[in-house]
Amino acid sequence: MSTPVIKPTAVEIFAAFFRIGVTSFGGGLVAYLRDEIVAGRQWMSEDEFLAALEIGQTLPGLNSVNVAIIAGRKLAGPRGAIAAATGLVIPGAVILVILGLLYVRFRNNRDVAAALAGIAAAAVGLLFQVTLKIGAKQFFNPLDLFFVLLTFVLVGLYHVSLPVALFLIAPFAIILRRPRKEAVK
Amino acid sequence: MRELVSLLNVFCLLSLLAVGGGSAVLPQMEHETVTVHQWVSADDFATIYSLGQMAPGPNMSMVGLIGFKAANHAGMSDAWAFAAMLVVLLAFYLPSSFLTYAVSHMWDSFKENPWRDSVQKGMAPITIGLMLAGVHAVGKTASYNPEHSFHFNTITIGVGLAVTAILFAKHINPALLILAGGVVGWFCLRGI
Repeated sequence: MSTPVIKPTAVEIFAAFFRIGVTSFGGGLVAYLRDEIVAGRQWMSEDEFLAALEIGQTLPGLNSVNVAIIAGRKLAGPRGAIAAATGLVIPGAVILVILGLLYVRFRNNRDVAAALAGIAAAAVGLLFQVTLKIGAKQFFNPLDLFFVLLTFVLVGLYHVSLPVALFLIAPFAIILRRPRKEAVK
Repeated sequence: MRELVSLLNVFCLLSLLAVGGGSAVLPQMEHETVTVHQWVSADDFATIYSLGQMAPGPNMSMVGLIGFKAANHAGMSDAWAFAAMLVVLLAFYLPSSFLTYAVSHMWDSFKENPWRDSVQKGMAPITIGLMLAGVHAVGKTASYNPEHSFHFNTITIGVGLAVTAILFAKHINPALLILAGGVVGWFCLRGI
């Protein structure tokens, strides 16, 4: 575990994450974060980053924002966490405000509506690909596939509220994957 | 004001329910904002979601636009609409961030706990199921919309499947493909 000799200030952290927030077009934010924090600035070791990602993925919330919070806290405490998260989120949020205002103004324009329909159709394809890619392992395991389909049907088709669905499904899904004694030795 | 409180309630809850990332919470978000509260139309939701894919940074920041439209819909002034947008962004990002901040302090103490692995393995298929439900929630207007002609739907489904196939075949920035989808849409979907 290598920790940086000189810890960055909150301003430096904000600047670094702001840069990611401006340049990270097209999703896959975690890879951008890794490039900047581990490879670029060397603020964290590869191991520290993977540990942060593991926490970020387990807890609720966006993985990228969670990793930013953990990295920022390690580097400069609460101020670092705030600097990292705001730096990451603000540029995209501002750009979305501008896109949103343009959308509200021009949505009834024939050309804009046609382009937006194409954009939305492509976005569905992107989400579908990400789902298939992340879920590759689950789709080929009968038990996992059962929980995938159960969740999809309850939440997606029957609109069972998400907290209810989680309370109903998660305990069984976790118990069936409980730690095995023989695997521990 | 009542609208702001509703937005706050809905998005704080969504923040804490986003297990395994933001996409997992899409189906519930669509249901709450379109069907239950009618803050945005199904079309708006699909468009706002896809705009989020084109902006840099976390693409779920598009939730701010739902707040903006909700305030518009309730007849609030533009100043209030911006306030609603901020409320939604804070509601969506703060609760999970606080939780992460607090838990990352004590993470080391249960890193070795064998149940941590069980939780991750058990939750993985649920997250995938929720993401599939998200594909359905957005796709039921963006890909196949019964109000549109057969021709229109063939093109939107075709664009989506093409994006999926290209992303599997080639390492390419998805934002470029989304823009390409816009060009195809502008070219093919105008008159229909």
